[in-house]
Formats: sequence, structure tokens, C-alpha cells
Amino acid sequence: MSAPKEAVVKMYAAREEIYPREIQGRYARLRWAGVWLTQLVFYGLPWLQWNGRQAVLFDLGARKFHLFGLVLWPQDFIYLAGLLIVCAYGLFMVTAVAGRVWCGFACPQTVYTELFLWIERRIEGARSARIRLDRQPWTFEKTWKKGAKHAAWMAVALWTGFTFVGYFTPVHTLVREVASFSVGPWEGFWVLFYGFATYGNAGWMREQVCKYMCPYARFQSAMFDKDTLIVTYDRARGEPRRPGARTVGDTAGDCIDCTLCVQVCPTGIDIRRGLQYECIGCAACVDACNGVMDKVKKRHGLIRYATENALANNWSTAQVKARLLRPRVLAYGAVLGLLVLAMTTSLALRTPLKVDVVRDRGSMGREVEDGQVENVYRLQLMNTSENTRTYRLAVEGMPGARIVGADVVALDGASARGVPVRVRAEGGEGGSHRIAFTITAIDDPAVSVREEAAFIVPR
Amino acid sequence: MADFTSGFWNWYVALITVASIAGCAILLWSQSRYKIRVGQDGQPEKTTGHVWDEDLTELNTPMPRWWMGLFYLTIVFGIVYLVLFPGLGSYAGKLGWHSTGAYQAELKQADTDFGPLFARYASQDLKAVAADPQAHAIGERMFLNYCAQCHGSDARGNKGYPNLTDPDWLHGGEPETIKLTIMAGRIGQMPAMGAALGSDKDIEGVAHYVRNLSGLTADPVKVAFGKAKFGACAACHGPEGKGNPMLGAPNLADKTWLYGGSADTIMETIRKGRTNTMPAFGDFLGEAKVHVLAAYVWSLSNPAPSKPIDEKVAAK
Repeated sequence: MSAPKEAVVKMYAAREEIYPREIQGRYARLRWAGVWLTQLVFYGLPWLQWNGRQAVLFDLGARKFHLFGLVLWPQDFIYLAGLLIVCAYGLFMVTAVAGRVWCGFACPQTVYTELFLWIERRIEGARSARIRLDRQPWTFEKTWKKGAKHAAWMAVALWTGFTFVGYFTPVHTLVREVASFSVGPWEGFWVLFYGFATYGNAGWMREQVCKYMCPYARFQSAMFDKDTLIVTYDRARGEPRRPGARTVGDTAGDCIDCTLCVQVCPTGIDIRRGLQYECIGCAACVDACNGVMDKVKKRHGLIRYATENALANNWSTAQVKARLLRPRVLAYGAVLGLLVLAMTTSLALRTPLKVDVVRDRGSMGREVEDGQVENVYRLQLMNTSENTRTYRLAVEGMPGARIVGADVVALDGASARGVPVRVRAEGGEGGSHRIAFTITAIDDPAVSVREEAAFIVPR
Repeated sequence: MADFTSGFWNWYVALITVASIAGCAILLWSQSRYKIRVGQDGQPEKTTGHVWDEDLTELNTPMPRWWMGLFYLTIVFGIVYLVLFPGLGSYAGKLGWHSTGAYQAELKQADTDFGPLFARYASQDLKAVAADPQAHAIGERMFLNYCAQCHGSDARGNKGYPNLTDPDWLHGGEPETIKLTIMAGRIGQMPAMGAALGSDKDIEGVAHYVRNLSGLTADPVKVAFGKAKFGACAACHGPEGKGNPMLGAPNLADKTWLYGGSADTIMETIRKGRTNTMPAFGDFLGEAKVHVLAAYVWSLSNPAPSKPIDEKVAAK
């Protein structure tokens, strides 16, 4: 008996270039709507002004996040966590209902790839022309076309990087710095780095980001069930596939094997092989197939959004919709709704004043005249509103407790300050006593914070 | 770099690091291709031949080649890093980077950033600096950082640490004197006078006498007794007990008592003496900063007539 033959195979392979064919149709229009919507917001937001400053500015140096009328401080980090959880549950719910629609229509990777592909088509031409161009040797035509394409890509990428940094450095300052070649080292780094990431991901990496790098693409299968909308090929209707016209009594299916669905696929798969992990649910194949069905005068929907159950049981749209309110979706929806409610309530009700009471550690408590005792505190006050405010400080909790010296403090809008405060009270039993500071804005008594502290009487 | 008594651990760390990097490279290279059985059709089979749990097989789905490139890139990065920066045992790296050096560079940067501001104040008279709102705000922040631990956030002191907001000064309260105190520090020395004064009765008498100087309640008999003994104290505190700022000897005729004014505490002070130290901040902060700080401290006991502390300006 001879040993089985063996061959050495490589565990790593070069990527095969994908040339997605341009497609028109309902879902392509929807995707372009996604591109416009997300990119108008992304590119436009930094230019918006609000009360004499940039409307959305994440000022890392000053540790203040401005969001229109809202100023968030490092202490408000919980809202960022909340926002991320809301986003996550939003994604979970959408995925449970309609699969990877985020991936197909709104994800930055898809959106920028769409933009870059548009540029590519304008310069290098349609799919067949691009394939031909890549195969031919380096002629003058190829050189200028490739050069022009990459120059255009880089311009978009740099503008994207510039916009990104514009969220952290006021964009008008950034324009001046770029114009005078005085961009700071970190600003320069991030413009180039973010630009490079855009250029690399949307120009070169494309579907590989979704296939090999994106964690969401990997764990969303956990959100899928048999009632989740996915892009599907109606095998029963399409098979057996065969090119050419159909005659009466033909047993061939509706699929004419034109392979357009494969040519338009941005991840290079054949949807007719069923649900695959590469599919980003962009429905380009749906558009392509519907166009072909129009030409051969058949019904739309040989490839369509459908659920596994709908396909298996021949459900109507109404039946599919009826399955929308299943426990999984309701649970995601309930958690999402509660979180949004909690976040907005908490944001609306939060007091624009933060107080930390720091007892002086050097002294326990000093005796002053008439047997009274004095403790010293540092009140770390933070005015998180945008206006200058004056606050009255008060203290209670001990017999005769009062603040000695100034009990009125003014703070500029969005500023912080440590205020030394002396509290005097009747002496009494030695040891620690609970007292409480109340800090109230003079112009608005609703802005008031109560903070407990310890008052120490020497034994 | 003599962190250890022998060089063994340096070599130990360096060897493990180098071996790990080499191991990663070998693993990567050896695993980039794989022997697979050839099937009936003469083509390699689709699975790697691994079988688990009876029927689980591993498909040979090749990873993208750039992915492997990234792995090699991390190895190159690691080698370059270890050549340039410290990491291999006690090897210091070609760039000579050191965390102390990085800290010094940051300090230097801060000095360049804020130096001109302090230099501007340093050329002004201390009283003029004290009247400057911005300098006041800077001084307050510095005080909270460097002085508040002992003197309290409100600068009113503690037992053994003088109150800086009253007009009573051990070494003198002129702006220049305060600056000198912060620059060079002070040592306050009250010698133990128990033996020199004699018996407990003598000490008690002196204690009552100085309480009487301050206008505090005292036993007249003991006061008279103590007055006779006060001569030993007069060398420093003066014949009338008014103190001597040149020596840092406190005025005993006012109501300010650094360690407490009860008869018992005063007796303890006389018997055992007291030593307290104000550390020198000159080397640590530099004269320019001390200038602003001294102006702030002076302003605490000499507030401008119209404004105790202008809250609005100080908040800036």
C-alpha cells in the first residue's frame, strides 16, 4: 500500500481583484441616498456655527465636548457609553429585522467604497474597460488614467482626513493653519493617517475590510434567525438555470445565467449559492436581476429580500411582516427604547453644575475663639452651562454651622475652579460629623447641588 | 542601569525577547504552507485533513497574503524598535531615549510656554504683581498646589504652621521678606528652656506671665513669679516679649499662638522647645514663580481695599 499523495498548498493567497459593474435601480438609489445623507452630515457639520463657536467640537485639550447647546465634560463620559450601547442595540435590532442593511447602505466602508468606485468609473471606465486596462502593459493611457484616479482618490481622502480633524481642532483655525503651512504635528499626523486609512480602505482594501477586519460582520450572525430579511435567490423559481429564450412548455427556470448578479457584487460572490458570510446585503444583485427580468418579461424578485421562512413556506409579504413582532425583535426594541428614554431624561434633567468637596488633608480641625471649631474645604466647582453664573454656598448639618468669609462665587461659562471654604461650627463631641454643602445658582434656584462632607472636631 | 547586582537578568530578558521574536518568525514561515492530500482528480483536497469530534473538518480557505505581510511587518517593527529604544535587557537603544529625558523635555517646553509670562511679572514690583488679577489667579493655583498642604487651602494655617492671612509675621511681612522666606525657607528654633528656667513652678510662672502679656487670664501670683524668670526668654523675645523678626522669635504679647495658647501648651513649649521648618522653594520653583507666589501670599494679609477677592476675574 503506497502512502497517499500529498501536495504543498499555500495558507495565504493573493487577493483577486473585483470589478463591480455599475448598476441602477431602487437599491442603488437608496445606497446613494445613504452616501449623501451620511457624507453631508460628516463633511458639513464642522462648518456649522453655534453661538459664536463651532457647533460640534470635541475639544480634547480643554476636555470639553461641544454638541450644539450641550457641553459635555469628562465627568459626562457615561453618556458616551450610553450612546455606544444605544448604537449597539440599534444595530442589533436592525440586523434582527433586516440583516446587514447597515453594511449595505450606511457603513462608512460601503459609503466610501461607493464614492471611490464612482471616481474609478469616471476615469477608467466601465467594468470591462477596467479589466482590460489592468491587463494591458504600462502604456501612456494606463499611466495617466491610474495616476489621475489615485490623485482624485487622495484628494477625497485628504479632504476626509481634514474634515475628521476639523471635529477636534476648530475647522476655521485648521484652514488657516493649512493655508500657512503651520499645522501642528498631531493635527498633521491625523489628517494624513485618517486620509491614508480612507484611501487604503476604500481604494485598495474594499471588501476585505468586511471579510477579514470587521468584527461586526463576524458577530451579527448571532442576531440572525429564520425570520431575518436577507438577500436571497429564489432557487425553486430560478432552477434549472439556462441561457437563452424560453419556449412554451420549457422546464428551465427563470434564471438565464447571465451572471450579472455576480458582476455587480462588490464582494465578488454568487448569491445563487445561498447566504454567504461575505454578503453585505447591499442588494446590488437584486437591482441587476430585476433589470434582467424586465428585459425577459418575467416577474421581479428572482433575487430579492426575503426571509428563510418566507422562502421555505411561500409566505406573502403580509405574512413576513406579521413575523416582525417576534420576541427577539421586541426584546431588542424594548431595551433600545428604555435606553433612549433614560439617556434623554438624564440629559434633560442634568444640573449644569458639578461639585466636588475636598477636605483639607493637612488639618483635622482647628479650634478658634469661643470653643468653636473650623474645618477647611476646597470646593471644586464646575460651571457646565455656557453663561457666567454666580453661586451662593451654604452649609448645614452641625449646630451653628456656617461659612466664614465670602459665600458667593462667580464662575465663567464652561469653566472650573477650586474655591477654599472655611466652615465654622460649635464644637461638640470629638470625631467626624456629617455636614452637607448646598451650592445654588443665584439666577436660577433650580441649579443646585447638595454634596455631603465630613466635619472633624478634634478630640 | 545597575538595577540588579549581576548582569544575569539583563541577558535573561534579552534572550527571551530575541528567542520569542525568532520563534514567531519561524512559526509564521513554517505555517504559511501546508501539505494536503491529493484527491482522486489530482487536485489537492479542500480540507486540511484535520478532523475533530468525529466529523468536524477544517477547510483550507487561504487568508489574504497581505495579512501575512502584516505579521512580518510587526516582526520588522519589533526589531527596529528594540534597536532604537531600550527594551533588550540593559541595552539603552540607539536613540538614547529615557523617561527622565522625556520628562525634562516636557518641563523645558512648559518653561518656554509660560516663561515669558512669569518673566514679565518678575520685572514688576511685588505690590504691583499683587494687584494684577491674572497674577492673583496664578498665585492662587500655585498656593493650592504647593502651600495648602501645610498652611491650608484658606492659608489660615494649622497648629505649627502659621496663619498667612493675619498681619502677624514671624520673620517679617514685607513683600520682599515673604519672597525670601519662600525662596530660602526658614527654620524656627525655640530651644528647650526647662533646665535653664529650673523647676516646674518656674516654668508655670513664665507660662502665666506670657499669657498675661497677651491679655489672657492668668494667676496674678504666678505672673509675678514668672516675670522674674522671664529674663532667660528676653534674649530672643525681647524684654517686653514683643518678639524679634530677625530671629523669627514670635511676639508673645499678641493673641496669635502657633502651637496653642493654653497654659499647658505653653509650658510644654518652654520645657521641650519647638523646631519648625519652612522648606526652601527657590530651587524647586525658580525665582520667577516664587515672585508671583510671594505677591499672592502678601495680598492675603493686605487685601486691596475695594475687593477682597474678585471672584469673576480670579475664575479666569
